Amino acid sequence: MSKFAVSFEDKVFKNLDGDLDWSIEGYKERGGYDRLAEVLAKDPKEIINSLKPCGMRGRGGAGFPTAIKWSFMPDPTDEKPNYLVCNADEGEPGTCKDRDILRNDPHTLVEGLIIGCHCLQAKTAYVYIRGEYHIESVRMQEAIDQAYEAGYLKEGICDIYIHMGAGAYICGEETALLESLEGKRGQPRLKPPFPANFGLYGCPTTVNNVETIAQMGVIAKKGLDWWTQFGSENNHGTKVFSVSGAINSPKNIEVALGVPLKELIEDFCGGVKGGWDNLQAVIPGGSSTKLLTPEEAETAIMDFDSLKQFNSSLGTAGVVVISKDENLLDIMLRISRFYKHETCGQCTPCREGIPWVYRDLEKLINGKGSIEDIDKLVKLTHKIEGKTICAFADGAVWPVQGLIAKFKPLLEEKLK
Amino acid sequence: MDRITVDIVDVANEYKNSKNEHYKSKMERADQDFKWSKEQLAHIETIKAKYPDNEKGKKSTLLPLLHYAQDEFDGWLPVKLMQLVADTIEMPLIKVQEVATFYTMFNLKPVGKYHLQVCTNCACMVTGSGKVLTSLKEEVGEIEDGMSKDGLFTITEVECLGACIQSPVVQVNKAYKFRQNATSAKELVQKLKAKG
Repeated sequence: MSKFAVSFEDKVFKNLDGDLDWSIEGYKERGGYDRLAEVLAKDPKEIINSLKPCGMRGRGGAGFPTAIKWSFMPDPTDEKPNYLVCNADEGEPGTCKDRDILRNDPHTLVEGLIIGCHCLQAKTAYVYIRGEYHIESVRMQEAIDQAYEAGYLKEGICDIYIHMGAGAYICGEETALLESLEGKRGQPRLKPPFPANFGLYGCPTTVNNVETIAQMGVIAKKGLDWWTQFGSENNHGTKVFSVSGAINSPKNIEVALGVPLKELIEDFCGGVKGGWDNLQAVIPGGSSTKLLTPEEAETAIMDFDSLKQFNSSLGTAGVVVISKDENLLDIMLRISRFYKHETCGQCTPCREGIPWVYRDLEKLINGKGSIEDIDKLVKLTHKIEGKTICAFADGAVWPVQGLIAKFKPLLEEKLK
Repeated sequence: MDRITVDIVDVANEYKNSKNEHYKSKMERADQDFKWSKEQLAHIETIKAKYPDNEKGKKSTLLPLLHYAQDEFDGWLPVKLMQLVADTIEMPLIKVQEVATFYTMFNLKPVGKYHLQVCTNCACMVTGSGKVLTSLKEEVGEIEDGMSKDGLFTITEVECLGACIQSPVVQVNKAYKFRQNATSAKELVQKLKAKG
C-alpha cells in the first residue's frame, strides 16, 4: 500500500464515497461526537494556540494557515457578536469535494462547526451553500436537525443556519460571500479591513472552507501528533483531491498531502485513459491554476509549496486530467469563457480585460493574427493581474499564461 | 460580462406577438399583483428567523425570498413578483432587481417546465458534454422565446455544476443527472416528454 494512503481510522471523511450511513447514528458509530465535550471544556484561545503548529492550511484555495486566521478574531461584545461562516460555494471548475462532504458526511462538518464556533467564541454559524446544491443542502439541514435533537447544538448557544447562494462563482471569494449573505450583489470588498475585524454585518467573522472546518474539528479532538504524521512541514495533514477528466476512475479521494501527482492518477484513480503516454496536460488544482506538462506531472508533488517550482499551485486540489484525445486549446478557451461570464464587473481591469483576453485567445485559436499577438496577449494579462480588488482576475489570467508558457507551439501551429 | 448586461423582461413588452403559446400564457400569468398566501407568509417567518432581528438581518432574507418566490410561482421572476419581494423586505424595487440580475439562478424570463442546464466546463467537456448538449437540442426541437413549443423545455448552457467526478452533468430543474452521453440525453428528453 502506498505510504500516502490513509487508513479508514485516520480518515477525516470516513463516508466520502457514501457507502455508509450518513446519519447521526452512523457517524457516532464511526467515532463521531465522542470527546466533543472534552474539547468544548477547554479555553478557546488555548485551543487556537495549541493548533498553530499543526501546519493546517485553508483548503479553499489560498492555503492560508487556519489557526493563524482564527487567532485574528477579537473577543465578542454584545453589539458585535462573532460569526463563523462556512464557505460551501464550491464553484471552481474541476472541484467537487465539498459536495460529497455535504451529502455523504455532513456530521463531520456539523461537529467541526461546533468546535469552530467554540474556538472563535461565535454563537452563530452560517453555511453558505451554492444554490445548485439543492439535495446537498437538504441533507445538511437534516444533519443539523439531528444534531439539535441530540443536544450537540443548542439554540442560543450554538446555532447553524444554511444560506443558499444563487449561481455566482465570485461568491466563493470570502468578502463577496459576506456581501451575498447580507442580501447584496456578490462583489468583493476592499481589504483591509479584513473579515476578522469587519465581516458579516460589520461584526468579527471568520470564513473557512467546508473541508477546513471539518478537519480543524478533528485535529482539535485527535491532537497534533496524529495530524502531523501526514505530509511535511507547513503542509501537514490529509487532503481530499477531486480527480476528474480523462481518467479511468474519477473520484474524490482523501490521501496524505505531498502525494506525487503520478501516484494519485495512476495508483489511486485507475490511470489516464489510454495510458500515461496518452497524457497531454494536467490542471493540478482547479481551473485557475496553471497547467502542468506530462514531464512536470511525472515528478510533481501535490502540496501547497511544491507546485510552485512549476509556477503552479495546489488551489482547491481539483485535478483535471487532459489526454491527447482532447483539444487542449478548446478546453482552455472554454475556461477563459467561464471567467468572462463570472467577472462581477466591479473593477475595470477585470470587467474589460477578462473578456478581452477571451476574445484574443479565441482569435489566436481560430488562426487569426500573428506570432507577435501571442506576446501581446501575455502582456495584456500582466496588465490585469494584481490590479483588482480580489484575486479573481489573477485566477482568470493564470490559465492563459500557463497555456502560453508551456504549450506555445500548439498556438503557433494554428498561426502558420 | 454576461452578468453585467442582462435585461429584465417587462410584462408590458410586446409578448402578445410571440408565436409560442406557452410563452404567451406564462407572460399573461405574470401580469398580476402578487400576494403571499397565509401558508407562504408562515414560511417566510421561518426564513426571517435565521437572521438577526434588525435592518441588516432583514436584508439578508433577499436571496432566500427570491428563491422562494421563484419556486412558488412559475419558475421565474417577473417584475411584479420582484415588487412583492421588495414590499416584503421594505426595500426599493431597484435594489431587488440589482440583486436578481446578478445571480444566474434567478430566471428573468419564463422557462419551460423542465429547465435543462448543461455543464460544458472543462471536466464535462473532456468527458463529452458537447455531444450531450447537441443531443438534447436535437431531441427537444425548435426553441422559441426561450422554450420549446410545447412549453416543456428550456436548455441553458451553464458553468461548472460542481460534480466533475460524475461528468458530464445535466441539471433537470433541481436534480442532477450524472455521466450523461448522447444516448442517455436523448432518452432523458423522451422520458420527460412522455411525462408531460
